[in-house]
Amino acid sequence: MSIGSDIITIAAVSAGAFFFLAGTVGLLRFPDTLTRLHALTKADNLGLGLVIAGLLPQADSLREGLKLVSIWLLGLLAGATVSQLIARTARQDEAR
Amino acid sequence: MSISTVFEIVLAAVVLGLAIWTTAVRDTYSATVGFVAYGLLVALVWVRLDAVDVALTEAAIGGGLGGVLLLTAAARLRDSGFTAAEAPGTVTKAAALTASVLTAASLAGAVLLLPDAAPTLAPKVIANAWATGMANPVTNVLMAFRSMDTMLEKVVLLLAIIGVWSLAPNDAWGGRPGPRHQADPDGVLVFLARLLPPIGIVVGIYILWTGANHPGGAFQGGAILASMWLLAIMAGLTDTPPVCRRWVRYILIAGPGVFLVVGLGGLWLGAAFLAYPPALAKPLIVGIEVAMTLTVAATLGLLLAGVPERSAR
Amino acid sequence: MSGVTVFGLSAALAVGLGLYGIITNPQPLRKIIAFNLLGSGVFLLFGVVGRRGAAAGIGNDPVPQALVITGVVVAFSATALAIALLLRLLRTAGSTSLGNGAPPSARPDASGF
Repeated sequence: MSIGSDIITIAAVSAGAFFFLAGTVGLLRFPDTLTRLHALTKADNLGLGLVIAGLLPQADSLREGLKLVSIWLLGLLAGATVSQLIARTARQDEAR
Repeated sequence: MSISTVFEIVLAAVVLGLAIWTTAVRDTYSATVGFVAYGLLVALVWVRLDAVDVALTEAAIGGGLGGVLLLTAAARLRDSGFTAAEAPGTVTKAAALTASVLTAASLAGAVLLLPDAAPTLAPKVIANAWATGMANPVTNVLMAFRSMDTMLEKVVLLLAIIGVWSLAPNDAWGGRPGPRHQADPDGVLVFLARLLPPIGIVVGIYILWTGANHPGGAFQGGAILASMWLLAIMAGLTDTPPVCRRWVRYILIAGPGVFLVVGLGGLWLGAAFLAYPPALAKPLIVGIEVAMTLTVAATLGLLLAGVPERSAR
Repeated sequence: MSGVTVFGLSAALAVGLGLYGIITNPQPLRKIIAFNLLGSGVFLLFGVVGRRGAAAGIGNDPVPQALVITGVVVAFSATALAIALLLRLLRTAGSTSLGNGAPPSARPDASGF
């Protein structure tokens, strides 16, 4: 079981790292604020989720697993709120 | 060279690159953003140095609250269109370059020449941990073995807040710090400010409580509580209190006050100032930590709220 | 070269960069940022010394860690006081120049930022 959980961890964390990389490339290459936000939030939420999913088999207890999942949920909440605020400000700046 | 050493070298390179960029970039707002990113990466460096308590403090206070402080200041400066000042002359720049290169080189030499049988106080701290019954050695040092430093640090925080309040203009003396924030009541910020603070308060109290045996403690918990308060203020759900109110001042002196009372009690009933009787050590420390967390949260929040700008009426 | 030594060298470089930034940058906010950079480098040096003092089953000497935690909080409160002074200077004098130039015009207290 330990080898199986290690394989899951490596696969999931690598996929998460790939999504982080994709998000960063999108941040650097996309033309304006709204598309960059799209790249960041889609990629980072999925990337963080995959990294956490990969760490779950390594957790020692249920409580530690629940802490990891709550980190992901808080990250989602913060990312979603901040990207909405940035997008609204960007839209107001465009309208001016 | 193991994979973790490669990771550490890459991390150090990114941290250094950010530090150089922060110092060299022209735009002030960009430098502020670079410094916030630097602070968060330094927290990772602290984890690699096996100092998780310091990493929590650096991330919460250095990166989080410090970032809010610097970003608000940079935004205000940018919006008000301040006049750029004159650049220093060539002589000053050359002298500064010489001084910083010499300092950096001597510190680097000191790091490379550190003795191999490194002197350490860790065995003594572990050997004396029975006196408090707590398993986190950093909390033991902060609250028991070097408790005088922690008490005096509370006083420093108090002096800083007095300094900030004394900058109030005459018509706002004793008034409410900062502008009155307003946000769309159906908007995203208000939603976050309603959803996150209950969770954040639980997390803050948990970090205070678990600091006895795991990484954590009063400063980290207090910083989280302060940030939840500031979130509610920034969303307009609550307003900063007028600084002339009694209850504000009672909360601010609660931390150093309780510390001082316990210290004098130790002098009177026991061996020395801030001596805890071994049977009562843990309850006393927990009591001091609770008062400390309240004070740290209130002080950090008020320091970030800034100078009183609106009259108390 | 171990990872800890690399962190120590970058801490020394951060101290040098912060010192350079404080002296040469004319804007006060950049000076405050460079001061924080300097402080962070000093704290990292403490951390490196503590890491080398790992013994008795813990990974880092707790006494330097406690000093650094105290230092981070004190540095933050010093920065907060400095920023309050800077914003007050901006409000009173209309600019953040620290030079000894012409006396500032009497700018009325701004009606909102």
